[in-house]
Amino acid sequence: MEWETIIGLEIHAQLATRSKIFSGSATAYGAPPNAQANLVDLAYPGVLPVLNAEAVRMAVKFGLAINARVMRRSIFARKNYFYPDLPKGYQISQYELPIVCGGAVDIVLEDGTSKRIGVTRAHLEEDAGKSLHEGLAGLTGIDLNRAGTPLIEIVSEPHMHSAREAVAYLKKVHTLVRYLSICDGNMQEGSFRCDANVSVRTRGSEKLGTRAEIKNLNSFRFVEKAINYEVVRQIELLEAGGKIVQETRLYDSDRGETRSMRSKEEANDYRYFPDPDLLPLEIDQLYIDAVAATLPELPDQKAQRLIGEYGLSAYDAGVLTASAEFADYYEVVVRDLGGHAKLAANTVTGELAGLLNRDGLEIGDSRVDAHSLAGLLKRVADNTISGKIAKDVLEAMWQEGAQADAIIETRGLQQITDESAIERAIEAVMAANPAQLAAYRTGKDKLFGFFVGQVMKATSGKANPARLNELLKRKLGG
Amino acid sequence: MTALHELTVAELSKALRTRTLSSVELTRGYLARIAQHQPALNAFISVLHDAALAEAERADARLQAADSGPLVGVPIAHKDIFCTSGQKTTCGSRMLANFVSPYDATVVERLRAAGVVMLGKTNMDEFAMGSSNENSYYGPVHNPWDPGRVPGGSSGGSAAAVAARLAPAATATDTGGSIRQPAALCGVTGMKPTYGRVSRFGMIAFASSLDQAGLLTRSAEDSALLLGAMAGFDARDSTSVELPVPDYSATLEQSLKGVKIGLVKEFFDSGLDGENEQRIRAALEVLREQGATLREVSLPNLPLSVPTYYVVAPAECSSNLARFDGVRYGYRCDSPRDLLDLYRRSRGEGFGAEVKRRIMTGTYVLSAGYYDAYYLKAQRVRALISADFERAFHEVDVLIGPTTPTPAFELGAKTADPVTMYLNDIYTIGANLAGLPAISVPCGFVQGLPVGLQIIGPHFGEPKLFNVAHRYQLETDWHRRAPAGFA
Repeated sequence: MEWETIIGLEIHAQLATRSKIFSGSATAYGAPPNAQANLVDLAYPGVLPVLNAEAVRMAVKFGLAINARVMRRSIFARKNYFYPDLPKGYQISQYELPIVCGGAVDIVLEDGTSKRIGVTRAHLEEDAGKSLHEGLAGLTGIDLNRAGTPLIEIVSEPHMHSAREAVAYLKKVHTLVRYLSICDGNMQEGSFRCDANVSVRTRGSEKLGTRAEIKNLNSFRFVEKAINYEVVRQIELLEAGGKIVQETRLYDSDRGETRSMRSKEEANDYRYFPDPDLLPLEIDQLYIDAVAATLPELPDQKAQRLIGEYGLSAYDAGVLTASAEFADYYEVVVRDLGGHAKLAANTVTGELAGLLNRDGLEIGDSRVDAHSLAGLLKRVADNTISGKIAKDVLEAMWQEGAQADAIIETRGLQQITDESAIERAIEAVMAANPAQLAAYRTGKDKLFGFFVGQVMKATSGKANPARLNELLKRKLGG
Repeated sequence: MTALHELTVAELSKALRTRTLSSVELTRGYLARIAQHQPALNAFISVLHDAALAEAERADARLQAADSGPLVGVPIAHKDIFCTSGQKTTCGSRMLANFVSPYDATVVERLRAAGVVMLGKTNMDEFAMGSSNENSYYGPVHNPWDPGRVPGGSSGGSAAAVAARLAPAATATDTGGSIRQPAALCGVTGMKPTYGRVSRFGMIAFASSLDQAGLLTRSAEDSALLLGAMAGFDARDSTSVELPVPDYSATLEQSLKGVKIGLVKEFFDSGLDGENEQRIRAALEVLREQGATLREVSLPNLPLSVPTYYVVAPAECSSNLARFDGVRYGYRCDSPRDLLDLYRRSRGEGFGAEVKRRIMTGTYVLSAGYYDAYYLKAQRVRALISADFERAFHEVDVLIGPTTPTPAFELGAKTADPVTMYLNDIYTIGANLAGLPAISVPCGFVQGLPVGLQIIGPHFGEPKLFNVAHRYQLETDWHRRAPAGFA
């Protein structure tokens, strides 16, 4: 039987406001427990919530960025349940009337085709606090620093059919919220996390299968692994004649499996109702227009522009625009370099990205700035050094913080373009390898590469490759 | 000379500012009266003897420095639902018996800034849920007119304290009649302002969409003076309204000539005690003689207000009271076995029966499968009731009727049947559901017990309510009568 996977994601993105969504407490990460919890966050008797206008502005920005409808009127509702890290005994969220409805996000799949993932809604809500068990034998510690941090919950349509699509969508939303400067996207700190709704059905079937919701996935890798595990689990269960139960599951990253947390029957009845402490949120067109005017160039627009301006491939443009800072870096390099857009793209997405990744750095913390990288690529462009040598120079720049020209100069890395010097090296290599020479001359063309390698070795890689090819061909031919 | 405790706030204000009286002297006098009568009435949960005297001294210093504020040095009492910094704030509950508030409610803060002296915190039905003050963890309050009877609720302590001259005025709150009903039963003036007129910040929530802070005073004039200091926009309460506060005292004396008064037909239909009705009719005659015109108006959906209220208010309370979980403050049960046990026993032991009844009712009406039938339907009826009032105010300036169906009943008479108790609020709940201002003024006695006349106005119609009530009080002396033994 052929199975089809259906996936929808609920993404929780913490909004990068300075204060909480309904109180004046700071939202900075890492403060001592409860240092950022005031009377409102502690739900003292008599306190009341006051909506943070900045959180609203950020949600509107998001709505506009995904071409959604920003609702003129939305309602905050109470989601009631008891938990020690939920001081009021209810979470203020939006239920029937969210601030953002509809909209879509385009993703590019591995084969280069793009796909549109619908967004059902996005709503504002407050985060809960944290319960801590470590080092507290028999006790639970409560840290309310996070309680009341603004979140936007972005609910997708069930439009994804594989873990890879889900990850591509999650990455795209991750990129988007950072472009919009509404979320720092830090997944380790929980600023950006998601729940995945996963179900399977036989291909061609109209009816959706029963879904399981996998809670609180906080890395792209976990999302992929958890979904893949869950899909296999569901298919195996169904093929063995079993039935999927609607339930909430947890992903255990140590064991790489999902397991049941609670079934639908055990689920809370949250008794949602409009929060009488907060008036309906009314937004007018003037406000929406004003927010729209502040939207930056978005990833898709930027990618289109890079393709048009620099003749990049869709793939390179996609990689470069994964973050606005990355794309900005690239554009500075190209501007300094005065062209050579493909060379710059290859270096930025290749060697530079490799170094950043190796050292766990963001582009903003790169040890080689865009101007310096352009300085290096200038020397490739004018044939002072080869691309291969450039890699070593970049590594040296990265380690020593020096400029490319200084490194090339002090280490004598300039390419050898002098024909006689290259010829001398070729002759020496030919003399040292008579057997190979003879074989080549009897038709073993493949040995050409061997000679190139030997000459490069002899010249410490500095021979100008084009010149070397030309001379070597002539000399070997006899 | 009139005894100090017989002076109204307006009269005290004059005496303090002309330095014929010091705040310390006045405060001492009231503290002595409280000490004397507290055992019989139980109107207070805490008496702030030393703090009050210290405040009075500061007030006298302000007066010495020619501070012209009309309330500087005037002692008042606060209902124990308002958070008072550094003082116990119990809300009449075991749940908060040990709770010392770290902050002042906006109402308290504003009155403090205006220079009032806080005598103490008054008794009340637990979490403001009740119509007789019999639901207080601190025991019932006794009606000064007859200690065997209830003072009304939930602001029973505030009403009894003002009626017995233990405080010239007291703050109170009104969710379904909790200011007006005890005002009527204790023979004092009770003002519930428009929803949003006074900040709810620091006022422990019962039903957020209905709760409103107000006053129990001896006259409409006093109420006008105090409301001016309490009211106004507060950025900490999103439901408070950003409208300037008028000078309520300035319009008190306006003529009633041409004022159109609507008699709410449904108020006179059934359940109203015959003698009580006669007092209301007599009061209307007084107003007519002043030049007001009377006409009957109908609010056809008003009879649905009690069931509507008893869905909406419990729904909100079930959620508002969830924060009392034994985790961060307030009552916590002894050695809980686990989290569930902590929740169950802390709440089970910390809350009284009526509070639990309402939490359960509210939880039920919000539950999946019942929400539409109860909560949503109640909200629709609420909108219809509001629309009825709105239509009526196209025709008339104020609506008038009784405050309660009967005078004060005996302690214990209605405790066995909650629904009978709920019907006490039949005339008052409409104003809460529609968010309207309403005032209750004493309009006579039935078998020696005071009864109240209720005047309801359109949104932000407080000036007209004060005006009508004040003109009525200029013509009558019901509000000046003191219960025997408290004169």
